[in-house]
Amino acid sequence: MLAIDSLVTKLGIATVLIVLLKMLIVFAVGLVVTMFMVWFERKIVAGMQNRTGPNKAGPFGLLQTLADGMKLIFKEGLMPDRADSTVFRLAPYLAFVPAFLVWTVIPLGGDFANGKDGSIKIFGHRTFVQLADPPVGVLLLLALSGIAVYGIMLAGWSSGSKYPLLGSVRASAQMVSYEAALGLSIASVLLISGTLSTHGIVTGQSSISKWSVIATGVVPFVIFMIAGTAELNRPPFDLVEAEQELVGGFNTEYSAFSFALFFLAEFMNTVTMSGVIVTLFFGGPQPITIHIGSFDYGGWLPFGPLSGTVWFIAKVLVFLYVYVWLRGTLPRLRYDQLMNLGWKVLIPASLGWFLLLAAQRVASDNDWNKWWVSGISLVVLALCAGLLMTAVRVSAKNREREGAMF
Amino acid sequence: MTQTIDSGNTRTDSHGKVHETVHNADHEIEKATLVAQTSEGGQELRPRSELSAKELMREVGAVLRISESEAAALGAVDNVVPGTTGDAEDQTMIINMGPQHPSTHGVLRLMLELQGETVLRCKPIIGYLHTGMEKTGEELTFMQGGTNVTRMDYVSPLNNELVFSMATEKLLGIDQDIPERAVWMRMLLSEMNRMSSHLLFMATNGMDLGAVSMMLYGWREREEVLRFFQKVTGLRMNHNFIRPGGLAADLPAGWRDDVLRLLEMIPPRLEEYDILMTGQPIWRDRLQGVGVITAQEALALGATGPILRSTGTPWDLRRDMPYLRYEDVEFDVIVGTYGDCFDRFAIRLNEIRESMRIVRQILDKMPSGDYRIQNKKVTPPPRARIDESMEALIHHFKIFTEGFKVPEGEVYVAIESPRGEIGCYIASDGSAKPYRMHVRGPSFVNLQCLPHMMRNCLVADAVAIISSVDPVLGEVDR
Repeated sequence: MLAIDSLVTKLGIATVLIVLLKMLIVFAVGLVVTMFMVWFERKIVAGMQNRTGPNKAGPFGLLQTLADGMKLIFKEGLMPDRADSTVFRLAPYLAFVPAFLVWTVIPLGGDFANGKDGSIKIFGHRTFVQLADPPVGVLLLLALSGIAVYGIMLAGWSSGSKYPLLGSVRASAQMVSYEAALGLSIASVLLISGTLSTHGIVTGQSSISKWSVIATGVVPFVIFMIAGTAELNRPPFDLVEAEQELVGGFNTEYSAFSFALFFLAEFMNTVTMSGVIVTLFFGGPQPITIHIGSFDYGGWLPFGPLSGTVWFIAKVLVFLYVYVWLRGTLPRLRYDQLMNLGWKVLIPASLGWFLLLAAQRVASDNDWNKWWVSGISLVVLALCAGLLMTAVRVSAKNREREGAMF
Repeated sequence: MTQTIDSGNTRTDSHGKVHETVHNADHEIEKATLVAQTSEGGQELRPRSELSAKELMREVGAVLRISESEAAALGAVDNVVPGTTGDAEDQTMIINMGPQHPSTHGVLRLMLELQGETVLRCKPIIGYLHTGMEKTGEELTFMQGGTNVTRMDYVSPLNNELVFSMATEKLLGIDQDIPERAVWMRMLLSEMNRMSSHLLFMATNGMDLGAVSMMLYGWREREEVLRFFQKVTGLRMNHNFIRPGGLAADLPAGWRDDVLRLLEMIPPRLEEYDILMTGQPIWRDRLQGVGVITAQEALALGATGPILRSTGTPWDLRRDMPYLRYEDVEFDVIVGTYGDCFDRFAIRLNEIRESMRIVRQILDKMPSGDYRIQNKKVTPPPRARIDESMEALIHHFKIFTEGFKVPEGEVYVAIESPRGEIGCYIASDGSAKPYRMHVRGPSFVNLQCLPHMMRNCLVADAVAIISSVDPVLGEVDR
């Protein structure tokens, strides 16, 4: 029972009720946040592109997504003749459900001010502001993002149509290869934090200097950010649904509610990915504390038990904005460039950095000379990088000699 | 379709059932012939496995406009794709791109033979926007012709009008008598149109490569130019403003300020484009070395405009066969080096700058005078004269209903449109309507380069290549 709080030792009716309440809240918040994200993205991109964006439904067009969603629900769902009907119907859920489940393990708030452990008290029970804190936390995240690939891949494959097929081929290759870089950069964080539990990772990052982004030396964060964008199929890595090339990519043949599910899943993934970044690298709901000379700010906010949530939202918004910003700025990469970036740059870089961190860790555990260890590892890494580059160059030359494939 | 026609037969046929079946059989045969001649099936790209090596070779050779032996020397075409075992799993896939596709610029249709994501062959299929405009041109008087041609390349309408008017004037023998002001006004409009057309290219090229913001920026700047056109001609597109004999009206008051405002506004925007696209590593990776064409091939395929210039051939009709007063203004012909998509993008970007340079000189040199020829034959009398003189009223009426007669003869006039050489061939039999009118559309000819540029590129490159050719399907199909 993942949903049971680790703080609770005895299973009582109150505990079950609290868990149910938290489930309800997480579900509702998840939907509302997704709705908001769609609006946010459209509004920000509109601002970047000299447009107004949605402004008709509700105040500032906030209800536009709701209106679109309602419309999609009442539309007729079409299925191509040559589609594999079971898989075709199943695929949107395979994409949507994992997107939702990621929410369960992200710490969404809590009282971390002045070094507290983040638990809050409701109805006399202490609990964390996250639906579940399974010991395998981060692995669950990776597993869920792995399952989400199936949704996209099967959607394209089962459509029985050529453009979606191309999209799904791209999807499976892209997401599988970027998952490796994603996993390796997460491994660096885990090495520092020493725990897989998301709550544990957040608790460990109690001040800015302890944030994983700094503790792991920025590189894993950059790699995670890039790989995460690719994993989300967002611009500039949105080859899977490259409108100008593949019409709609994997979801070309989808309409009505099943399309809405893909659409929601995509935006929910964007929000959860930002949440994961904040959790792993920026201390999640931990407040930003400032200690300069006599000035001492422990991260207190006037929101009581919601302060942690406010910090979390503030941090997530930064990354959401970055995602929208990327979309408004960058052209799309080509398939082979994407693969090159993934396999020849990101994976070796994250692996190398991980090994460097591991060496440092071993050194500090065994009280070896830090400088010697750093020097030797850097030399080894440079050697490996040189070997890799030679290998790449040689293989490129071989390909050239053999002539183009066709 | 067949059923509708058949039921029509039953209703009109009064000779009984036997006759009807004969009719139907006739109809079937007729239909089969029609299908054989015009079927879309005939246009389709057949998979490699269904083609003999010879056929395949001929297809590729035809595309390259080179002899079969030369095509064979390319050695790249075989029944079985090299590098594969020739199993069923290695079969290539024929994919249909367009006519309804986000990046085929209207209704271009491409049949692509893909292996994985690699394009092996490509066959552009056109005609989805065919409205018989050249034929229509034979039914319209020379007076009305402008409304017709302006709709062909709807992105640079003023250039279409210009070439039609110049051809008509040459037939009339008045091409040397056009007032100076009219000539300079034509140049001004033509260059402004080049700017608006290239700005639209910036927008669509950005869009096709996934830089969606660029699309809106490009449209935004184009809109500013169109606003100027609206003020001058009354319309944003399809102006019918440049007419045989001059222009429809003089420039409105304050036009100089409007042009100056544009000249001030656009350069910083172009610098923004440089930041957003030219200097952007992803952008360069996507365009450099993609869709390469050599000068020889481009010439063989009849390509003109930025496509030919991207190969380093400095062919620009404004310089090489000057018309209007282009020899009196200073400008550079922008050429590329590699003949790739990036060169074509950079050429267009810099041509906007050159056009602005020309416009600046036009502002300085714009003479005063009449905006149309005072030749009673082609110029309707001024509005005020109609109230005073019966003859003027009759003349006005006749010139607009019957048009003016143009001496017998044939003429071909070509100018440099934003897309390349746009030419107008008119044969006149001495009546008020052209006996035959043909327009050499640069987009139509440039489109021939597609199969060549697309060989062995990726699907994403195919989109970039279509975009860099910048076809306007209205002109391709006419």
